[in-house]
Amino acid sequence: MNEMKKAVISVLGTDKKGIIAQVSRILYENDANILDITQTIVSGLFSMILIADISSEACSFDALKMELDALGERIGVQIRTQRSEIFEAMHQI
Amino acid sequence: MHMINPSEILETLSMIDHQKLDVRTITMGISLFSCVTDDEKKLCDNIYDLITRRAENLVKVGREIERDYGVPIVNKRISVTPAALVTGAIKHPVNVARALDRAARTTGVDFIGGYSALVHKGITEADRRLIESIPEALATTDFLCSSVNVGSTRAGINMDAVRLMGDVVKQTAATADNGGLGCAKLVVFCNAVEDNPFMAGAFHGPGEGDCAVSVGVSGPGVVKVALEGVKGAPFDEVAETIKRTAFHITRVGQLVAREASRRLGVSFGIVDLSLAPTPAVGDSVAAILEEMGLEVCGAHGTTAALALLNDAVKKGGVMASSHVGGLSGAFIPVSEDIGMIQAAQRGALSLEKLEAMTCVCSVGLDMIAIPGDTTAVTIAAIIADEAAIGMVNNKTTAVRVIPAPGKRVGDSVEFGGLLGHAPVIPVREFSAAEFIHRGGRIPAPLHSLRN
Repeated sequence: MNEMKKAVISVLGTDKKGIIAQVSRILYENDANILDITQTIVSGLFSMILIADISSEACSFDALKMELDALGERIGVQIRTQRSEIFEAMHQI
Repeated sequence: MHMINPSEILETLSMIDHQKLDVRTITMGISLFSCVTDDEKKLCDNIYDLITRRAENLVKVGREIERDYGVPIVNKRISVTPAALVTGAIKHPVNVARALDRAARTTGVDFIGGYSALVHKGITEADRRLIESIPEALATTDFLCSSVNVGSTRAGINMDAVRLMGDVVKQTAATADNGGLGCAKLVVFCNAVEDNPFMAGAFHGPGEGDCAVSVGVSGPGVVKVALEGVKGAPFDEVAETIKRTAFHITRVGQLVAREASRRLGVSFGIVDLSLAPTPAVGDSVAAILEEMGLEVCGAHGTTAALALLNDAVKKGGVMASSHVGGLSGAFIPVSEDIGMIQAAQRGALSLEKLEAMTCVCSVGLDMIAIPGDTTAVTIAAIIADEAAIGMVNNKTTAVRVIPAPGKRVGDSVEFGGLLGHAPVIPVREFSAAEFIHRGGRIPAPLHSLRN
């Protein structure tokens, strides 16, 4: 079996309704599977880190990133989509 | 399965967003030996074709890696075999300079390095033709960088080459406009390394293979912020903190180098562990030294602070990468580091203090603006001093000074972009003319006999 490909999606911005719903809908539509979510609100600032499995044949990292970038712009929060290797490389030996 | 910890993710994001962690360069080294012919036009065509073929996807792949991992990759560059080694059978090496420049333009890279000659022991006719053409080559190209190696621990210092380079630096300042911008693309080395990915001194050494990608990482801001957490602590803790930080930074470089190598189908050269500053606030090596407790970079204690930094960066980085090379250490260019610029403006940094700092930093006197009326002989003498430090201490040293035309001490020279700006600082006005005109070779030191 191939090693699982993962994306780390980090969201930061003013809290409003539906951020999680809209991010997870895009993930669902792109055939990505959510593995872990950490989410907090500190004095009105919404912050979420979401790790998703993007190994599926039907899932394109580029398409996913583009849609999430567009969503971020539409609802006025910063959404960043990165391959997980950078975090693994930096913090795991 | 180990899940990445959210606090680690936030730490990485903060390094990229607020502490200016970036990959300074992906540099593709390309051997030009297969291009050699005595037909000048054919040589230029071969070189252009080879480079544009090999580096066709370099910029594209760089952008893809940047997008996938969310880490900025500031420069994509090409280094080639020192041009003097492939221009021995032609009359006008400057045409090769133009072919290299055209290839850089076509591939979209930021710089191409390797208009170079290795003359630490002797100068061939080809070397001389190339060196004499450097001012014209730099004045008539946009992306080309040039370097000349005039000394080594093994061979000593070629003082004929040193004298020649004094003239070449001076002419380069006079022929290129923009306050001597040409000199920003010209480095005079002692103990030049064959796999340095950083400009202006990059070339693809004769001991290298056909093609390799190397990566230079950077993150002085990350080190500075880490040290803010150990205020007042003894140096043992300072060194440990720098090592840990350098490890994190280098891992990013290793990842990018491995990916670039895989995606380009080219072998992985090295990761260069250098801390390379930019003129942006929060991206300064001087600020790290000041964070250690110095009022300003250049105060007494600066050399010791830099020695600790340079060593800890290597110790932390070396385990993070399978192949470490290049210059690996802390760069101290004046115009490219906001803290160094401010220190020079305050009068805290003199040429003499900088010279002392080069004994313990990764390279040498770098991006220093000196008065426009500095003579070629004085520049040669500065080169000789710096080469002596490199030769005796078994390290790479270099001189990249800019005798800014028409400028005097206290004026400022603007280079723009990553090259920054620099206040003109004084040089000693006592003459070294007789010394420089002796010529010949300074013999290699005793410890060159290591076998």
